[in-house]
Formats: sequence, C-alpha cells, structure tokens
Amino acid sequence: MQEDAVLTMRGICKYFPGVRALENVDFTLRKGTIHALMGENGAGKSTLIKVLTGVYPMDKGEIRIDGVEGAISIRSPQEAQNYGISTVYQEITLCPNLTVAENMFIGRSEKRNVDWKAMEKRAGELLDNLGIPARPKQQLGSCSLAVQQMVAIARAVDTDCKVLILDEPTSSLDDKEVEMLFGLMRELKARGVGIIFVTHFLEQVYAVSDQITVLRNGELVGEYAAKDLPQVKLVEKMIGKDLEGLSTIKKQTAPSGGGEIVYEAEELSSSESRPFDFHIAAGEVNGFTGLLGSGRSESVRAIFGADQVTGGKVKVKGKATRITKPLDAMKHGIGYLPEDRKRDGIIADLSVRDNIILALQVINGMNRPFSKAKAEAFADEYIKALQIKTYSSETPIRSLSGGNQQKVILARWLLTHPQYLILDEPTRGIDIGTKLEIQKLVLKLAEEGMSITFISSEIEEMLRTCSRLIVMRDRNIVGELTGEELSQEHVMRTIAGGGE
Amino acid sequence: MNKLPDRSPARRREPVTDTQLLLSITICIFVGMYIMAMLIWGGGFKKPQMLFDILNDNAYLVIISCGLTIVMITGSIDISVGGVTALVAMVGVMILNGSNHLFDGLIASLGLAESWRIVFALIMSLLIGLAFGAVQGFLIAHLEIQPFIITLAGMFFARGMITICSVDPQKAPQDLMDILQKRIEIPWLGSVNKKGVLIPAKMEIGVVIAAVIVVLVFILLRRRKLGRGFYAVGGNRQSALMLGVNVRHTRFMAHLICGLLSGIAGFVFMMHTGAGNATNATAAEMNAIASSIIGGTLLTGGVGNVIGTFFGVLTLSTIKSIVTTSGLRDPWWQSITTGAMLSFFILLQSVVLMRKNRRRRKAKKAAPTNGDKPKDG
Repeated sequence: MQEDAVLTMRGICKYFPGVRALENVDFTLRKGTIHALMGENGAGKSTLIKVLTGVYPMDKGEIRIDGVEGAISIRSPQEAQNYGISTVYQEITLCPNLTVAENMFIGRSEKRNVDWKAMEKRAGELLDNLGIPARPKQQLGSCSLAVQQMVAIARAVDTDCKVLILDEPTSSLDDKEVEMLFGLMRELKARGVGIIFVTHFLEQVYAVSDQITVLRNGELVGEYAAKDLPQVKLVEKMIGKDLEGLSTIKKQTAPSGGGEIVYEAEELSSSESRPFDFHIAAGEVNGFTGLLGSGRSESVRAIFGADQVTGGKVKVKGKATRITKPLDAMKHGIGYLPEDRKRDGIIADLSVRDNIILALQVINGMNRPFSKAKAEAFADEYIKALQIKTYSSETPIRSLSGGNQQKVILARWLLTHPQYLILDEPTRGIDIGTKLEIQKLVLKLAEEGMSITFISSEIEEMLRTCSRLIVMRDRNIVGELTGEELSQEHVMRTIAGGGE
Repeated sequence: MNKLPDRSPARRREPVTDTQLLLSITICIFVGMYIMAMLIWGGGFKKPQMLFDILNDNAYLVIISCGLTIVMITGSIDISVGGVTALVAMVGVMILNGSNHLFDGLIASLGLAESWRIVFALIMSLLIGLAFGAVQGFLIAHLEIQPFIITLAGMFFARGMITICSVDPQKAPQDLMDILQKRIEIPWLGSVNKKGVLIPAKMEIGVVIAAVIVVLVFILLRRRKLGRGFYAVGGNRQSALMLGVNVRHTRFMAHLICGLLSGIAGFVFMMHTGAGNATNATAAEMNAIASSIIGGTLLTGGVGNVIGTFFGVLTLSTIKSIVTTSGLRDPWWQSITTGAMLSFFILLQSVVLMRKNRRRRKAKKAAPTNGDKPKDG
C-alpha cells in the first residue's frame, strides 16, 4: 500500500451469470485528492462502486484501507460505512419530509430519545463549517436539489469518513449549483478526504479532479493525472476501438444528399432538449452522437413528440405540421425505437404477435381490431423476415432474449411502413450476431428509400452506417460531420471539443 | 467563482412546515365551527357539558385514531381497528358478566372479589390488541404484504370472532358498570339548571385515558427515535433504509402500537357502553381515518400530528352533534354531512398546500436571477 493512499483495490474481479463485469481492476485513491472514475455505459463504474460499498460481493481481489491492517472484506453498506467509506448517490436518499438536521442525524444514534436542541446545534455547526446554505430546522424538501445533495454529503462527512464516493452528483443540478458543490468538494479535499467522483460530464471532470481512472468493458484502461490527459485522449480511452468481427459490413456507398427532404425541423425544442435544427432526406442514414447525457436521445424524442414539445417549426415532406405527441408522428410515417427497451419498448406480458401489431393497430384506431388471421399473417411475415427466434407468435415477449425482443420492436415499426425511422441504441445489450443483422438491415432499408436516424454509443457502428453525423456535447449540437470527416479520430475530437 | 453564496440572514424565522400548517387549519376550523354552533343553536352548545359529552362518547375513537395516525405516518393503513375494538368490547363484557367461563375458575379458586373481573378484562383487551397488531405487523413489515389486504382480512376475522363469542348482545352487570362508569365531576365547569341546582360537568375515565394516550403518542412521535423513524419511513422508505433506519422494525412497531391502542380503545368503549354487540363500533376505522385526515395526516405518509388527530375527532363528532341538534335526526344526514365536510377539508388542505408550495417554487425561481453572478467572470 502506497504511503499516501487511503484506499487501494487490487485485481478486483466480479462476474455475473454470462457477464464479466469487472476483470482485474486496480484502483488507488490518495488522501486529499479528487479522483474521477470514467467510462461509458457498461464499463463497470457502478459495479466497482457497488463492490466498494458492499452492495455486491467481489469474486476476486483485495481491498485495503488506511488505518486497517491487512485486506478487508466489505459485506454490506453498513460495514462500508464503518470502514469510513460513505456514498452519496445520484438520487437523493434523504427524507424530504424531515428537517435538515434530522436528515443528518437520523439512524446514527443509539439513544432512544431525540435531543432536538443538541442535534440542531451540532447540525448548525457542521453546516456553517462546510459553508452549506441550509438551516437545521428547515424542512429538507424546501431546499434546492443542490443543497439537499450537500446535506447528504455533510451527513456522510460527519461519520468520520475517509473515502467519499459521489455517484453522478451533478446530473440534476444547474451550473450555479454545480459550482457550489465543487466548492464543497474542494473544501473536503483540503481536509484530507479522498473523493471518488463518478460523472459523465467531461468539463466537470477537469474542473475538480486530480486523477482520472478510465474503465472500459469491465477492464482497467489506465490511471492518469488529469493535467496530463487531454479531453480527446480521455474520450478515446473511454470509447476505444470497436469489436473486430463487425468490419465485414460495407460502408454505405452513396451518401444520398439529393433525395427529397422527408423531415425538417427548425428550432425544435422540448421540455428535455434545447432548440436545434435538423433535417433528413429520403434514403439517408444519419446519426446523433455524443457521450451519454449529451442530449442525443432527448433530441430524437423531441422529433417523435415523446417529450413535451415546447417550440419550433416542423415540416414533413415540405408541408408544415405539428407533432406534439407520438401519435402525430406515427400518422406522419415516423417510427421510433426507444433507447430503454424494457421501459418504453416491449409490453412484457403481451405475446410477440400483439407486440408486433401494436403500432399499426394504434394508427388504424384501437376500436377497429385486426382479425386474428390478419394479425397472424402480419406477425408471421416479420418473424420470418427478421428471423426472430421465438417458439410461436403467441409466446409472451418477456421470455425472448434481448436481441430478439429488439427485433420484435423493429418489426413493430417496419409493419407500419414508415418513411422515417428513428433507432435509439438499437444494438445496446444484444449479442454481436444480432448487432450485425440490425446494421445490415438499416443499410438495406435505406437503399429502399427509407430515412433512418441511428443512435449508438459505439462510434464504429455509427461510422459504418451513417453518412452524416450530428455531434452533441452538453445538450448542444457542436458539429455536423459528413464525407471525409467521418473518421473515428475526427468524431472523437469533435465530441471532446476544444480540449486539444 | 467558487465562493459560496452568503448564508441567509442569521436568525430568520423558519417558514411553517406542512404539518404545522395543516394542524393550524384544523384547530381554526374546529374552534370556528364550535363558536358558530354556540351562536346559532345556542342551548346545549353553550354548556361545557356538551363538549364533555362529545368527549365521553368519542374517547375510544380518539384512541383508535392515535393508532391509525401512527400507521398512516409510516405510509401504511390499518382498517381492522374497528373490528378489534368491537371484539375487545365483546370479550370484555363477557368476562364481566361471566358468560365466558375463561376466568371464572381462576376467580373462584383464588377467592378474588368480583371486581377482579375488570382487571382480567383489561388484560384480555391488551392481549387481543397486541395479538392483532403483532400478526398484522409481522405480515406487513417482514413479509411485505399489502397492508390494506392484511388488515381487511383482520377486520373480517375480528368481526367474525365477535359472533363466535356470542350471537346475542351481551350486557355487563350493573354493579361492575357502576365502578367503570364513575364520572369525574368538575363543578366549576358545571351549569345551573332551571331549578337553580348546580349540575357539575361530568367526564368519564375513558376521556382521561384518551388524553394520556394522546400525550404519550405525541411524545413518541416527537421525541423518540422510533417516532422519528415513523416519519422517515413514511417520507421515503428507501431513503430511510439508506439512512440507517431499521425499516422493518419501525413498520412492525407502528402496527403493533396501533393494535395495542385498538385494544385499549375496546376497553374504553366497553366502559362507556357496557354492552357487547356484533355491530359495536361499526365503521370506527373509517371515522378514525377521516379524523386523522382532517387532523392533517396524509394518506401518502410522512406527514401527520397526533394533536391534529385529536382535533380531527372533535371536529368530526361536533359535526355529527350539530346535525343531530339541528333536528335532522335521520342517520343518513350525519353520513351525508360528514362526507361533505370531509371532501371540503381535503380540498381546503390541498389548496392551501398547493398555494404554499407554488409560492415557494416562485421564490426559488426568482432567487437565481437576483443573486446571479456573471458567468465565468
């Protein structure tokens, strides 16, 4: 164990059935430093945190902490806390109906009586000390989210904490609140607390971190000093090279620029996305790219009317129209395969057949159901065409594998014969074979004249399918790449922004 | 840029919490209504005895409502309380009049006085209440079964048990009832009748028991770790768990206490009526829920106050008295008025809370523009 290290993790391995979540990961946290833990979805960040906080037991490896002889084993969050490891989660895990002081002290005292005066005095001192703008007697729910987050941190710090884990603490804060939080983090750092900072905002990483550890696919990519690692390099390390085997797909040859403009939006904005311009031509495949949380999904959700549309002009095939809810979009021949298949895509208990005909049924009107024969014909056609592996069309969709579920959702939209299809992360969490099929299918459909917007976290995949990439960073479009510019290096540089 | 904004003026008065606000609404409405009743119907309402009658009649309801408030604060519900109260009253009366031979042998062999029956009745009351609370609490807290369903089953079970105990109504012997129904006389609150004789105000022992319970529950909720746990669990169960509250134990204790209180309520009910009957305390659970809600307890959990509940019971029973006094003796008028008043209360509460929170949100929105510093300055 290094001299100034407060926490050392060596050779951590964690396996889930069929998944290698962590493989031989090392992690060292030094006293009085802020250490960013970076990686895309599924990189193993949260698994590592959960191993450290005792939520998951690790399969291999050792953890040492300053002040304790030998390797320790952490079996529960309570034990982690006893070792001085405190966590503040993204969602605030406090009780909004209690006062600030109570939230800081409840569940910590052995005494059966509550001494309000002493508690409020102690809370007041602590809040003052850390410069947190909250009053002990205030109801927590009446504080801003940032202050609530800071109260959670104050509570964590007060429990004699050596390691403070902040898991995406800034995701629901505005700029000013983030700055307040950073002030508190620096204050704690000066007191010698080691902070693990998990976030997907690149700029924030560079604003406070001393060290950066990058994980990818459950493996350690490396540990770097923040000042020695430019943003482009960081993005490159996070995204990395794609799996080989997939390079068999031919890149789309003709970036169809001349086709008729199928969909056009000007200053389109929704409750979740900032105003943006967008258009797509017939037979074109384009894509939104950017890191997680950059606003790519929110943009396409605005196009489909899935979030509350707040402004902008929309033209479909040159005709001005309004799309404020998904049904409007569907009636204009737009389909949307959502990012979160389980929540927004499948209806788990319905059969494969019912899941397939759902969108067309909605367009036709729910009170004019298809005959059983017709529905069967529809379903069978697409089960065959997309080679969906299911026992029968009566099987509930939940018993299918992820890849096949995704194909069912795809079939649902193809059945409506859309002019414009939006695919949000269609290849996430499915096996390589199906990934390949879906990419091929996208290109084939485009050749037949369908316009497609394709979103994926894997840049290689997008480079192979898209003829135009719209790059987003921190919820704004920061670039549009076509033709020659579509190289991995170029895309990454655009995603990372000016940090060269 | 990383300098924190200045702290708000040192000792600013805290804005009222939701709980305090709801409590003051309830008290205001009760006082207003009572004064209105005094002015319009005068007569009975002008005498303090009217208030004591209301208390005497509803002491058991106060106790049930206290238990229900606790359960509702944890975000749960218990609708078996009325059934348990009636069952306890029936068992108690049967011990008193000797039609249940459970304790006859004991009393005979030990040569105890007849009045010992009261002690046994009390012990049985507590035991039955605790048993219901413990079983329901275990199923709800540890096996995580829906509280509504469990306590619905508990309600049917208790009501069924009453009929098993005795199909016919039972009556407690008069000599024992004389002991139980002793009234505390308060001469200085009495009134002089037409003949010029002073009739002191009379209060039953049950009212004292209810008052003690209100105070105890108040201390529990305010000062005890367990009580604060009720609020935490009701506010956000997941958070409470993360904050180190023993959620299962807390939920179990809420139901156990509620069960115990229904047991006590049953005994108080028996003291008041001296009768065991399958239709005793009908819809008491609904009245208790209504009282808690009028008193500012939220069905969603996390907010509630036992003082409010006490005033909730008073409000509800005063409404009923007013309806009766104003000549509408048919029972449905009481129900209709209660229903209307309950709706009115809930509406008022949500409107007030909404207005308060809207103002707060507005203030919050306005704040950044006032104190905004130039960006990246």
